Amino acid sequence: MSKPKVVLVACGTAIATSTVVAHAIEEEMKKRGINITTRQCKATEVPSLAADADLIVTTTPLPSNLGKPVIQTLAFLTGIGKEEVLRQIEEILKQ
Amino acid sequence: MDSTLLNLLDLLAPEAVALNFPATSAEAVIRHLAAALFKGGYVRETFAEAALEREARLPTGLRLSGEIHAAIPHTDIEHVIRPAVGLATLPTPVVFQNMIDPTDAVPVRLVFLLALEQPKSQVEMLQQVATILQNPQVVSELVAAQTLEEVRRVLAQVVPTQS
Repeated sequence: MSKPKVVLVACGTAIATSTVVAHAIEEEMKKRGINITTRQCKATEVPSLAADADLIVTTTPLPSNLGKPVIQTLAFLTGIGKEEVLRQIEEILKQ
Repeated sequence: MDSTLLNLLDLLAPEAVALNFPATSAEAVIRHLAAALFKGGYVRETFAEAALEREARLPTGLRLSGEIHAAIPHTDIEHVIRPAVGLATLPTPVVFQNMIDPTDAVPVRLVFLLALEQPKSQVEMLQQVATILQNPQVVSELVAAQTLEEVRRVLAQVVPTQS
């Protein structure tokens, strides 16, 4: 099995929102046969952790120029646009 | 008790359920629910201010797919003694700023105040909150509930029956 892709999941406190998002992404990518690990962090910690990530998913605004693909979405909380976001995540992680 | 098994029904603090709460601001809702959680021994006295400060800096309003929108205020674990969830339903919406776009004022009628401890220990409850938020029918039923018993019946739809 190839090395798992790392998805950095950011929210305000790294307790509530990112837990839901990380859990949802793990389940959905497993269904798609994509090997990932997720790491949760506060939005303020992203710049120092971005280097190790293949993709950053955030529910709060982040600074720009992180040098990694960023998906900003509330889809895993509200359900709105979830399929489209999952498709984007899959596309980025398959690269 | 293994806290990973705690679900939303376990964690809902009856004393912090405010139905048809006549609030005029997000701050009033957070203060009311936080005071109830403090009185119930779930959170420290610092929780209310911490939740308000966090809401101002990192708002938690969520535009949902139905007509009713929600907010999930919460704050750092150091202000929490044991995990709990407070719930308010509002006949008149109050404004919470949008989590993903703080310039967007979201009219909110459903508030879950989350008192959380270990990041991973409440996954199940958080998933259940997300399941509710993603289902406009359940959100409507929750906002229409008139008693704690009705609230628990609505929540039971998304909480798997105890094994």
